[in-house]
Amino acid sequence: MSANILTVDDSASIRLTTKVTLTNAGYSVTEAVNGAEGLAAAKSNSFDLIVTDLNMPVMDGLTMIEELRKLPAQAGVPIIFLTTESDADLKARAKAAGATGWLTKPFDPENLVKIVKKVLGR
Amino acid sequence: MSTLDPVAVFRMEAAECLEAIEAGLLDLTHQLDDKDLVDAVFRGLHTLKGSGAMFGFEALAAFTHHCETAFDRVRKGEVGATSELVAAVLAAQDHMRALVDQPDADHGDTGHKLLAQLQAAVGAKAAAPATATAAVAAPVQEASAKKAKNGWRIRFRLPANSMANGTNPLGLLDELRDLGECTVRADTSAIPPLDELTPTELYISWDVTLMSEQDRSAIDDVFIFVLDDMELSVEEIDGAAAAMAALVEAKPAPAAAASVSSPPVPVVPVQEFRPVEAVPVKREAPAAIQAKAAENVRVPAERLDELMDRVGELVIAQSRLSQLASASTDIALRSVSEEIERLSGELRDTMMVLRMVPVATLFSRFRRLVHDLARETGKAIELVMEGESTEVDKTVIERLADPLVHLVRNSIDHGLEVPADRLAAGKAKAGTITLSARQAGGEVIISIKDDGRGINRERVRAKAESSGLIHPGQPLSDPELLQLIFAPGFSTAAAITNLSGRGVGMDVVKKTVEELRGAIDIVSMPGQGSEVSLRIPLTLAIIDGLLVRVGSGRYVIPLAAVEECLELSLEEDLRSRGRSFISLRDSLVPFLRLRDLFRTGTKPDVHQKVVVISTGTERVGLVVDQIIGDHQTVIKSMSKLHNDVATFSGATILGDGSVALILDIGHLVAAGQQQEAQLRAAG
Repeated sequence: MSANILTVDDSASIRLTTKVTLTNAGYSVTEAVNGAEGLAAAKSNSFDLIVTDLNMPVMDGLTMIEELRKLPAQAGVPIIFLTTESDADLKARAKAAGATGWLTKPFDPENLVKIVKKVLGR
Repeated sequence: MSTLDPVAVFRMEAAECLEAIEAGLLDLTHQLDDKDLVDAVFRGLHTLKGSGAMFGFEALAAFTHHCETAFDRVRKGEVGATSELVAAVLAAQDHMRALVDQPDADHGDTGHKLLAQLQAAVGAKAAAPATATAAVAAPVQEASAKKAKNGWRIRFRLPANSMANGTNPLGLLDELRDLGECTVRADTSAIPPLDELTPTELYISWDVTLMSEQDRSAIDDVFIFVLDDMELSVEEIDGAAAAMAALVEAKPAPAAAASVSSPPVPVVPVQEFRPVEAVPVKREAPAAIQAKAAENVRVPAERLDELMDRVGELVIAQSRLSQLASASTDIALRSVSEEIERLSGELRDTMMVLRMVPVATLFSRFRRLVHDLARETGKAIELVMEGESTEVDKTVIERLADPLVHLVRNSIDHGLEVPADRLAAGKAKAGTITLSARQAGGEVIISIKDDGRGINRERVRAKAESSGLIHPGQPLSDPELLQLIFAPGFSTAAAITNLSGRGVGMDVVKKTVEELRGAIDIVSMPGQGSEVSLRIPLTLAIIDGLLVRVGSGRYVIPLAAVEECLELSLEEDLRSRGRSFISLRDSLVPFLRLRDLFRTGTKPDVHQKVVVISTGTERVGLVVDQIIGDHQTVIKSMSKLHNDVATFSGATILGDGSVALILDIGHLVAAGQQQEAQLRAAG
């Protein structure tokens, strides 16, 4: 079953890698370049999973996650954040904001697919 | 190069990122306390580090990490942004660029030196470069690698909000089942009465017997995202005990617990908690209005050039078609021809717009150059930019970059005085360099102006005489004298400084501009400064032209330069003979008889026409025999043999396959003005 995934990242190269990886794994991917766009996209479409960066201009990932979780329609939608921080504090903040899981950059494409499968429950 | 190569995309992105960082840093030098700028620079560094590590640019990631750390401290308010820090990161930024361009090259000690500078600037203890690698490395696996003899007994309770936050307990159970044979029992005793139940909360806990020799870490991996917040107990069991345990534990709450043996299906109560079913929220229908995204497509320049060529060929073919159609009486053919003419015109216009980029992309790099030169020379410099939104063909922009760098260096090195001299001359301490761009007809005029000391005519003359460019005492007009600085090998700098003399001379600047079919003008007032203006055609490929006939030859005049067309009556022609002026609404406009200029040796037509062309301020009339009409022209450059033919800027192929030459407006106007000046001098 193909799932709809929204990826939010200000880096075009990461977006491309993510998209290529997920598309090859059979998912359909929608892209947004910052939290505000991601939020708007999530409001107008329904996604099965959101993968987001944390540091972004306009609206960062933490704020986006908080805003998403305020929306009843977004209850239960898994959110994976990509982070370069090994910083436990940031991880805790993202989780408190309502993120489901994380993936540390740099990541292997297989790792991303593994995590996506995990949170989607296959 | 495929556009879908992430490394190539990364390189482009890194270049943009570095530009943004640089712009942020330069702005920051003026407003050190601007938090938004600090954030923007931090984000840029952060992205560069993260993406760099993703795509194998380890050295870049490690190096950038230090700068990012420094800015993170500023961002968190631990240290203030100082001009030393900004300068150190600016310098470091060049190193990052090198690391992007040549990730494998040996960059020697540059990185260490820059890091030392950076550390001195933030006043931190020098961090060992090794920490950087650690920062981008994968997180350490902490879980024990201990293996189970026969299996595990796992009891877990997830945080109440974990389903709302996207964790699906069924998925976790499935993952446990992947590890081995599972017996899953749900403890539903904590489910409250219906009226107290919050549908998004998770009340169930699970007891799982897993028969598997997997590591304990494999179990932790299953719960990795919730591990910190959940209750989890994992005990090692052996096979016999496991079976017993499942039975014994089933007893205390037999009514609520459901025991399912492997391979189990999800127990009923759990299923009710699937978020989508339990929370019957009306989702907004997928809106027709998609999120408004800046949807840009990156296309390699050579593909655009290819497309341009095709459009050019289409334009030529279309022009043949119109010629054939106009000679035909077939109405259907003529209407198709008109349709195609309209379409190819639109296609051409679209193509043009695709290639246009604002000059801002060119100008922005001068902020850094001026900043560096100011530091190097000790001169105070104010950079003013005007008309940055003016759009020019991308190829033109790229070709102009180096000449402009040279001109700006020249202005700063030769033009601007040191602060003391400026004060003595009654000027402001800081010199001003003005970069401006504006569109005039079919040309863009880009000028570099300084308010320095102006070009020293005596020095130019002395230098030109000593190098044999002119005879001693040879009379020259002021513009001619100033043009001397474009002669190869000409430099008035007493000593070749670090700034000038980098292998690019004014002759190279001139050559580049002429290759673009442009021209250079210099205005210089002693003591007040100089202005160098580059007049460049808007585009290099296709122009709208006015096709005219002179004698038996056909020529194209760029339409953008045409002001109006007049009839030159026979009597006015006779009357003006020898004067070569026509009066045009109370002003006298000089004109050139192209028939004489091209020595056609034919008799003039009875009704000659004058095409008045201009380059902004100056006008000149061109006398032609016949105006044939508007014509879309694909410019083909002429061969090297025709390099010194200044009257023509190129050639084009007409619909019938014949060739027409394209007139060089700048040159003709100059010739007309010169003629006017001579006539005026002759009285």
